[in-house]
Amino acid sequence: MMTDLIIIGAGLAGLSAAITAAKQGRVCRLISLQPSERAQSVMAEGGINGALNTMGEDDSPAEHFADTMRGGVFLADPNAVKNLTDHAPDVLRMLWGLGVPFNMRGDTPVLRNFGGQKKKRTAYAKSSTGKILMNALIDEARKYETRGLIRRYAHHEFVALLLSADGAQCLGAKIYDRYTATTAKLYGAVILCSGGMNSLFPGLTTGSAANTGDVTATVFAQGVRLANLEFIQYHPTTVAIPGKRCLLSEAARGEGGRLFTLRNGEKWFFMEEKYPELGNLMPRDVVSREMVLCANAAGCDGKVYLDMTALDETVWQQKLSDLREECMRLLAKDPKTAPIEVSPGIHYFMGGIDVDENHRTSVKNLFAAGECACQYHGANRLGGNSMLGAIFGGQVAAASACAAQLQENIPEQERETRYTSRFCRMADRRITEILDPALGIFRTAEQMQAALAQLNALGDDFSEADRWHLLLAKAFLLCALNRKESRGAHTRRDYPDRDDVSYQKTTVARFDGENIQISLWELPERRAD
Amino acid sequence: MQYVLKIRRRTSSAAKPYWQRFVYETDLAGATVATALSALNDRNLLTDIDGSSCTRIAWDCGCLQKKCGACAMVICGSPALACNVRLAELKAKEITVEPLRKFPVVADLIVDRSILRENLQTIRAWLTADAPASEQKNDVLYEASRCLQCGCCLEICPNFSTEGKFFGMAAMAPTTRLLTALPKAEAKMLREQYRRHVYAGCGKSLACRNVCPAGIDIEKLLVNSNALAIWKKYR
Repeated sequence: MMTDLIIIGAGLAGLSAAITAAKQGRVCRLISLQPSERAQSVMAEGGINGALNTMGEDDSPAEHFADTMRGGVFLADPNAVKNLTDHAPDVLRMLWGLGVPFNMRGDTPVLRNFGGQKKKRTAYAKSSTGKILMNALIDEARKYETRGLIRRYAHHEFVALLLSADGAQCLGAKIYDRYTATTAKLYGAVILCSGGMNSLFPGLTTGSAANTGDVTATVFAQGVRLANLEFIQYHPTTVAIPGKRCLLSEAARGEGGRLFTLRNGEKWFFMEEKYPELGNLMPRDVVSREMVLCANAAGCDGKVYLDMTALDETVWQQKLSDLREECMRLLAKDPKTAPIEVSPGIHYFMGGIDVDENHRTSVKNLFAAGECACQYHGANRLGGNSMLGAIFGGQVAAASACAAQLQENIPEQERETRYTSRFCRMADRRITEILDPALGIFRTAEQMQAALAQLNALGDDFSEADRWHLLLAKAFLLCALNRKESRGAHTRRDYPDRDDVSYQKTTVARFDGENIQISLWELPERRAD
Repeated sequence: MQYVLKIRRRTSSAAKPYWQRFVYETDLAGATVATALSALNDRNLLTDIDGSSCTRIAWDCGCLQKKCGACAMVICGSPALACNVRLAELKAKEITVEPLRKFPVVADLIVDRSILRENLQTIRAWLTADAPASEQKNDVLYEASRCLQCGCCLEICPNFSTEGKFFGMAAMAPTTRLLTALPKAEAKMLREQYRRHVYAGCGKSLACRNVCPAGIDIEKLLVNSNALAIWKKYR
């Protein structure tokens, strides 16, 4: 039975999936609360990785693979990553063909250095790469919208999955029109492209307030498996502004910005001293950890500064003009003339909906891609791999969904989810007060256990939807408690070492209707090339 | 600092609009209208200036960094993004906050801006051929790609209405990107659409130039796309 595809979310992953399916002549229904121009993807700054090898450094997809696996501390699915890094140059060429104005030299995109990578392989459009890519994909999707292949459901919200009676199969999705206050049921394979889980940490993330994680919380409550929730990326260079954290792109360091702390009044460029090879461009987990450790070392005052004062005029004009403008406007500081105080802030969720290399979830005919999915990044994501993972993941998920075989006359699960007042952000704030301190850069069992106990005491006055957020918050803590080692973005003071024997595995969280079950699953074995 | 926000409210498109005043106190130096709206909605009990309890204020919000265009509204008479207007910089005794007036109101400060997407469909704003960027074209392509589709330029425009044939600068920017990127032979249809829906209706008041939250160089784009779509034809 050939049915429409239902895509939840219209950011990079959702658009990429929709365009891929439409190119195959499949009709997709693209559900999003806001138009694509409002998606968090437009906030991505520094660039997108692909071993184009245009910088005379003898780069290759194999090296991109090696850097991604090492950056993720060997926790990513090697076959999925191989697929990603092999296809990355094609993704960049596709974008270039869509008229994306990457910074160029002649007819070739210039690539910049980015964290955790030894070669220049990050294509960029100044430091507004996400906005510029999205613009091109929105135009491309429009072509298929007018042909009736992409049907936009603007101002629609995801309510719940329609599942088979046994919960093992996805039959479609229930959606809600915010403008008319009506719900509808759509039938077909579903691809979730709903982004990260910022509402568990309101005001504390660099991302969009609209990327709430409501979809992830809902499908988790419905029995869909999640993975690796303990890996939360703290981006090293963020600054608190009213209502959120503002990101200073990794491009600042890629173009020569340096981190220092004052030790006994003297500038200490700790990253350069401790990591002579990559210096300020070590992977984000390493930089953030070192910032906390070094700024609190003897003689230091706890503060870290990003120094861009030595960057030359052409870099400011051609590569970072937008970043400078943002600093002046939001922080009232000119990075050209004085270092800026920065601290790590929550930027990305490596964990999320558990998918295999074909982006299939634990439920048949349900797929996920982009930040909502747990794929490609292991224990720590490299800068420049998120937009790549979203676009490529969207393509793979769409291919899988197009091939899905849907059976007819499957009895539908009777559990009715009503659309009530939905999620209340006040409940989120109560959750955050408990969750955030326990899931910082450094963690201990004691702190996480205490947080879990507090969360367990919460919820009596919560709506059903808010209880799903609470459930998700508990799953974060249980995943983190279960991993008794330090790896990537998960650093335990009580288990400071990496333990490959016991923990080079995926943490899997599943809600059985009563309890959250946590288990460790073996990683897929790498296939021979 | 204490601020009074006077907000134009409406429970639905069919309901009658009314004004409500709220007091917001903050010591945050960079607090914006968006900060104030979030803080009001975060109160356990939202009350107006007279202490009467109110429903939460409906408004759209995303990035809070003027990158997504969600929170466009009319603040003290001018279209702007709520996240880009600092309370301390407003000199008004009362800060009036209204929904954009050119679009149908859904509720409170939320308006239906679907017309922007529909207009771009009418204009056929997409690439009809592979159009790789190049160093010479990059400046215009980049600038034209920055449009937020927030609608502020349409709000201020004396020539735009949602029923009209003139689609305004929100259609000009994306079209300019395509006209610039495409080989000339491929852009014939797009040039026609541009003439009809952008060039013919623009009164060149350029009121839009001063309100664009992204600070897009509208004049530069307009000169570029007029040259590509109009003037070369007469050469």
